[in-house]
Amino acid sequence: MMLELRHVSKTFNRGTPDSHKALDDVTLHVQAGDFISVIGANGAGKSTLFNAIAGSFITDEGTILLDGRDVTLLPEYKRAREIGRLFQDPMRGTAPGMTVGENLALAAGHGGWLSSVSRKDKELFRERLALLDMGLEDRMDQPVGLLSGGQRQALTLTMAIFNPPKLLLLDEHTAALDPGTAEKVLALTEQIVREHQLTCMMITHNMRSALALGNRTITMYRGRIVMDVSGEERARLTVPDLLERFRQTAGQELDNDRMLLI
Amino acid sequence: MLALLQNTAELGLISSLTVLALFLSYSMLNVCDLSTDGCFTLGATVGAVVALAGHPYLSLPAAMGAGVLSGFITALLQTKMGINSLLSGIIVNTGLYSINIAVMSGSSLLNMNKTETVFTRVRDLLKGTPLSGWSVILVAAAAVALVALFLGLFLRTRLGLAIRATGNNPDMVRSSSINPSFTTIVGLCVSNSFTALSGCLLAQANKSVYIDIGTGMVTVALASLLIGGAFLGRRRMPMRILGMVLGAFIFRLVYTIALRFNMPAFMLKLVSAVIVVAAISIPYMKEQFPMLRRRMLHRRQRGRV
Repeated sequence: MMLELRHVSKTFNRGTPDSHKALDDVTLHVQAGDFISVIGANGAGKSTLFNAIAGSFITDEGTILLDGRDVTLLPEYKRAREIGRLFQDPMRGTAPGMTVGENLALAAGHGGWLSSVSRKDKELFRERLALLDMGLEDRMDQPVGLLSGGQRQALTLTMAIFNPPKLLLLDEHTAALDPGTAEKVLALTEQIVREHQLTCMMITHNMRSALALGNRTITMYRGRIVMDVSGEERARLTVPDLLERFRQTAGQELDNDRMLLI
Repeated sequence: MLALLQNTAELGLISSLTVLALFLSYSMLNVCDLSTDGCFTLGATVGAVVALAGHPYLSLPAAMGAGVLSGFITALLQTKMGINSLLSGIIVNTGLYSINIAVMSGSSLLNMNKTETVFTRVRDLLKGTPLSGWSVILVAAAAVALVALFLGLFLRTRLGLAIRATGNNPDMVRSSSINPSFTTIVGLCVSNSFTALSGCLLAQANKSVYIDIGTGMVTVALASLLIGGAFLGRRRMPMRILGMVLGAFIFRLVYTIALRFNMPAFMLKLVSAVIVVAAISIPYMKEQFPMLRRRMLHRRQRGRV
């Protein structure tokens, strides 16, 4: 078991009129090598679930185990050693004022505090960047702020998996990109996840890629996981089936402006 | 004339250490460290007391150590105790006022006229050579060269990169498994050690310390930093560091020239305040200008209809 959530709950603004139960007794088992797509309406708790796993806040109740180790109370930066994460905003994962090479050097984390980037490291960075097929290997000395959103997101992906993490969390990481770039970054993601046999969870509003990518799909509603399909059952599932099953379990349409149904 | 230029170079070199300190905290770490004034004075008082006790060389590391301590407290307030970074600096600055007077055993002035300082020691070493009159410049230049070299190498290490990233995007630092609180603490400790060294050298060059020696230092240094940045800000790191020293020089030179034209000496701080305002606001106002122009044109056109 790579990731295990046991009865995890989180309430924001507890004790005020704005009190909001963002995660409600969530239990989830993720096997090593799982690629899970996560869907749900706005405010269903998808990003909150990722925040809880990554340690952006400490949960109110429950236990989180990563590869058998209890990480429930571990701060975010310590979990980051084993959890890679990409956000919708391509600006969030990189330091714009620093060069491509310097960003990679930090992500690589080779050597001690006082070590600097060696020629061998640079060679390795070039190799990794060349895999993106975006010409970034020739722009190592340019500040990241000059790159496009798609290039920045591809760089963030390279940084997140530089030391392959035990778990990769993708929070709508292609939603802010134009359709062509989004497709390219998504294809790249799939390739990288497959090559490194990463365990991965991906939030998406694209129903089709939710079913096409990965081996398992979970649906969230009001802070709970209301549906969890995998294997043959999932293979037979079409987008209309998915919507119908959501209506049955949640008693409500899975509708929302941002949802892409085709 | 030569004496005036020599004095300009001395002051430029000594204050460039504070500029380098702000380069680390303000430009790299993105923290405006308002404890700079107090820390500068702390370096001056601690250095003077140690020199008065008969240890001129020891006064330098002692002052730097005091600076590290002051930076550590400023950093602790903002990373671990939830106090806003500007406020932490102001609080530490206020506290340091009392501490500085305490270091000087309750007095607000110490005289070092007959005290051996690093400068008199070096002057004695150079006795008989043509360089003997240049001891202040030589010592200050050596200190600046060492600090600049250290900073250049330090910012290339993993820790240095992490400090730069903390000022740039703390989220990214966290996702690289580095605690941004840690990098802020290290950065402020290092930068304040430079500030204190700067104060220590100025006091010994002036042969006296008074409690107001550091007042306004943060603005003076910021003005130098912005001047230096205007010349070499977009270059690579070693050039940017050199630009800081250059900025301190230019600032002192302009000030010296203004003095020659009978500007009273007490205007120094107003001049530096105006430079800081101009350097920060001009790029902003440039950005706003097209919008203002459109508005005016629009109003005029509407008037015509």
